Amino acid sequence: MALEMFLQHLANGISLGSLYSLIAIGYTMVYGILRLINFAHGDIFMMAVYFAFFGVATFGMPWYVAFILAIALTGVLGMTVETLAYRPIREAPRISILISAIGASYLLENLAIVMFGGRPKTFPQIAMFTDMVQIGNIHIQLLTFMIPVVTVVLLIALMYLINKTKSGMAMRAVSKDIETARIMGIDVNRTISFTFGIGSLLAGVGGIMWGLKFPSILPLMGVMPGLKCFIAAVIGGIGNIQGAVIGGFILGVGEILLVAFLPELSGYRDAFAFILLIVILLFRPTGIMGEKISEKV
Amino acid sequence: MKRNTIFTIAAIIVLGIFVFVANTTFDSYILRILNLCAIYTVLGLSMNLINGFTGLFSLGHAGFMAVGAYATALLTMPIATKQMNFFLVPLISPLDKIVWPFLPALLLGGLLSAFVAFLIGAPVLRLKGDYLAIATLGFAEIIRVIFTNTQSITNGALGLKGIPGTTNLWWTFGIALFTIFIMVSLINSSYGRAFKAIREDEIAAESMGISLFKHKVLSFAIGAFFAGVGGGLLGNLIGAVDPLMFRFFLTFNVLLIIVLGGMGSITGTVISAFVVTIAQEFLRFLDEPMFPGVPALPGLRMVVFSALLMIVVLFFRHGLMGTREFSWDKLFGIFSKKPLAKGGTK
Repeated sequence: MALEMFLQHLANGISLGSLYSLIAIGYTMVYGILRLINFAHGDIFMMAVYFAFFGVATFGMPWYVAFILAIALTGVLGMTVETLAYRPIREAPRISILISAIGASYLLENLAIVMFGGRPKTFPQIAMFTDMVQIGNIHIQLLTFMIPVVTVVLLIALMYLINKTKSGMAMRAVSKDIETARIMGIDVNRTISFTFGIGSLLAGVGGIMWGLKFPSILPLMGVMPGLKCFIAAVIGGIGNIQGAVIGGFILGVGEILLVAFLPELSGYRDAFAFILLIVILLFRPTGIMGEKISEKV
Repeated sequence: MKRNTIFTIAAIIVLGIFVFVANTTFDSYILRILNLCAIYTVLGLSMNLINGFTGLFSLGHAGFMAVGAYATALLTMPIATKQMNFFLVPLISPLDKIVWPFLPALLLGGLLSAFVAFLIGAPVLRLKGDYLAIATLGFAEIIRVIFTNTQSITNGALGLKGIPGTTNLWWTFGIALFTIFIMVSLINSSYGRAFKAIREDEIAAESMGISLFKHKVLSFAIGAFFAGVGGGLLGNLIGAVDPLMFRFFLTFNVLLIIVLGGMGSITGTVISAFVVTIAQEFLRFLDEPMFPGVPALPGLRMVVFSALLMIVVLFFRHGLMGTREFSWDKLFGIFSKKPLAKGGTK
């Protein structure tokens, strides 16, 4: 395989990996704070794509207005899901919360089918993002470069938010111990809601870029990326934001290169992530960046 | 004790008469629904054994069902139908010539499914809670991906058509009864108590000398066996299987049944298998146009069911029955006003 081909695949892999990272951060933040797999996260991501689609295609807004509105709506949606589906049973056994999460995910999917229709729609193509550039013999969409840049910028902003601001400090405190954080005067409900909001905002950005890159959108499009991004978060060490980014890149690049170099295995593309998950869970259950947690009796 | 045995036998005879009458008088639509009810009873019980009684949150049920359904279908299809199905790539050698009767095919489907569960369970059951849920969900997806790609065994994405429709009320209700019998005996045995101990507290159970690994794998494999049998019944009822049938949706349906009925109650699962299956049929009107001028909203039925699951989990966490079970003593206890001290029951 020529070097140029390899570079082209690598660029695609990195941009897919960036998208996975953005969504995986949402999983890892929620897991870090509530010890809960937010099954609905993939569907929140799907909703973001539809919000942007309707903004641009139906209401004819300029793309930047539509995108910002869609991202904001997605954040609100994430907070709503938390309030309705998770807050009432926060003290319940883990299995109940997990079932509620599955229910929320399924509800969003089916609502999307009812509201938006089951047939695929085509995401509007915005020339600024989807134009092709030529470098040497490689043709690459501009978007392929923009996605990692946007991801890195958002990641830096997020790290600043978590490590330097008061809200970030509250989030870190709640993730250590909810009760103690409450004693220290932190509004736990607001902090958890805020965490869901931030995670969903990032999923919203990821969703819009996903829609630009893979324009065929449908109500069940969030399921597979959702599962894969959770896997990315586990690979990186769940609860750890840098870990989620690393996991996302490993998964994205690995998937693209697997299909590129072993085309006969391309049918097994979706199984790759799950096999990787099992391997990681068996040999390093806390992931690459995770710390060892011993079980309390 | 004697009285209870007599009543149980009488109830089974009544059920037998019902099946006989139903088979001769009801039309095929109602028969199909009743068959589905019984199949979902088998599936619900098998999932309840793993999730409700042993406390392992497994979401791999669709995968086990797929193994059972494909095995049963491939073993029971006539040779001519097989040749018609596999027109792209011929079926691999021994499978294309053998045709088995239904019962051994069903059993082998179940055993194969249990074997897959054993292979999966050995590594995966070391995980807990959410991780186990995702890993089993992943395995179900992997099984589906493998079935989509192994053209020479499963006919790939085209699926299998023209499976003989052997499944009838005698089969489904018979196997459902058999499953209930096995589950009740299992739950009341020392194994069942060990399962429940693991569900309540793994560390405590282990320190009481219960081998966690052995019991978890056992529960997983038995659950998968019945899931495979249920899948086989389903395949031979519908007459066609393809990989898309075994998406997460199927696991969701079974999960809805056990959550509604109560995780850890055999009675609850049986009741809610019937309620959910019948409701899913009778709420079909939701997908049709309801008012003149308003277009139909396909998918509304599933919105209702996903909302139902959430309402049950949020407000009625223990479902219909919690972990309680039906017994003749309790039933008669309602009618006789004997005080507790004189042998009456609560």
